[in-house]
Amino acid sequence: MTAPAKIVLSDVHKSFGKKVVLDGIDLSVAKGESVVIIGGSGTGKSVLLKSVLGLLRPEKGSIKVDGEEVIGMRSKDRDRMMLKFGMLFQGSALFDSLKVWQNVAFGLIQGRGMEREQAHAIAIEKLASVGLAASTGELFPSELSGGMQKRVALARAIATSPEIIFFDEPTTGLDPIMADVINDLIVKCTKELGATTLSITHDMASARKIADHIAMLYKGRLIWIGPAKDIDHSGNEFVDQFIHGRAEGPIKMELRA
Amino acid sequence: MDFLATIGRVFLTFLSHVGRLSAFAGTAISHVVRPPFYPRLTLRAMIDIGYYSLPVVGLTAVFTGMVLALQSYSGFSRFAAEGAVATVVVLSITRELAPVLAGLMVAGRIGASMAAEIGTMRVTEQIDALTTLSTNPFKYLVAPRLLAGVLMVPCLVLVADIIGVFGGYIVGVYKLGFNPSSYLARTWEYLEPLDVISGLTKAAVFGFVISLMGCYHGYYSRGGAQGVGAATTNSVVSAAIMILIFNYVITALYFGK
Repeated sequence: MTAPAKIVLSDVHKSFGKKVVLDGIDLSVAKGESVVIIGGSGTGKSVLLKSVLGLLRPEKGSIKVDGEEVIGMRSKDRDRMMLKFGMLFQGSALFDSLKVWQNVAFGLIQGRGMEREQAHAIAIEKLASVGLAASTGELFPSELSGGMQKRVALARAIATSPEIIFFDEPTTGLDPIMADVINDLIVKCTKELGATTLSITHDMASARKIADHIAMLYKGRLIWIGPAKDIDHSGNEFVDQFIHGRAEGPIKMELRA
Repeated sequence: MDFLATIGRVFLTFLSHVGRLSAFAGTAISHVVRPPFYPRLTLRAMIDIGYYSLPVVGLTAVFTGMVLALQSYSGFSRFAAEGAVATVVVLSITRELAPVLAGLMVAGRIGASMAAEIGTMRVTEQIDALTTLSTNPFKYLVAPRLLAGVLMVPCLVLVADIIGVFGGYIVGVYKLGFNPSSYLARTWEYLEPLDVISGLTKAAVFGFVISLMGCYHGYYSRGGAQGVGAATTNSVVSAAIMILIFNYVITALYFGK
């Protein structure tokens, strides 16, 4: 990695009660790089993203974005920091009470104080870039299919042309074709913006398509990090079991009565 | 020992809730007075609370005034004090019944709606989305509702005062046979500004409490539909209890000599 580090996590720990979710995470994401974190459900992938965003506060460790410490950052500074970020949420998280174009333009109007007319024009442009017609902008999120909601959420995530974009399970709940469409859009949009991206998923097709580097999270630790092209011969039995989706192997599903 | 441990645990949980609620209230108030402001959202919340609660508050007030006139006439006629009916109606309505009953009705209508709306936003990650779009959820969701509650519940109570007295007048004049002008004269005769002001003070405090509990329980709701349901119930119950407690405290402050 020759580009300077955009996001650096050092020895990050996060627990909920006695349950340790992150147990010393070290990760560096270079500027313009796309890193995908894979791992089973409940392994702490979302917690990791939310810790970087400041939505959760780790008990120990350091998270730096452009060299600036995020943990313990004041609310005002965090609002400023958030101007660098875009995020695609797992369930899209579109605002029900707002029209589609208002959702897409939200960050421009509220976060950056842009005039509504100008923000509307950009929202329509971003909707077009994810393959949605201008007329979609006048609908409410509840009137859209899951795939269309995901596209709108992607348009919202890129609307402010952020330097960093997070994708939380971008293809969950979509059929394979729509999932591939979303993956292509993610690659296209992030390339156009030159953004640094950090994604979490357990969809290997998605990970292979959008990642420069892949890291695997297991029991609160990153047990393997490497180029996406090396994932099939990682030499790590945990990674092998996960990417091939085998029930047998070192990863045991925790079944609770 | 188990018994003592249980008491201790319950007490500590209670203290933790009080602490969290106090911190929430403090943060919310600080955002009410600090820019940026959201006049459009505040106006919408004012319409929701003030305009759309008018029918339910008006109905409550008119029937309360009517019942009060009937009951006080029936009771006072035992010691030939029927002439005090108009005075009893106006003092009871302005000091106690209008603020308390309007407060309870608004808590059921608006507090529940706030908790359900914000709770749904919480469990669908819309509140996290606000943060990632550089918008403080306290400023965007809580402050406008808090301000609208404090401003609009007194307006509702003022209307309830008038409608409640009118209900008493209808029964007094058309059912109990009072002379209209002497009924109105008795209504005004003993009414002092403090009677109305104390009721409006209560209304402002109740408006704050209703909005605070709706936003607080919604903001911290967890666990999907069940969590949102629990938040809705808790917001109404806690607002109703606090209304009754604050009603006593404010009455004692104004009239407890």
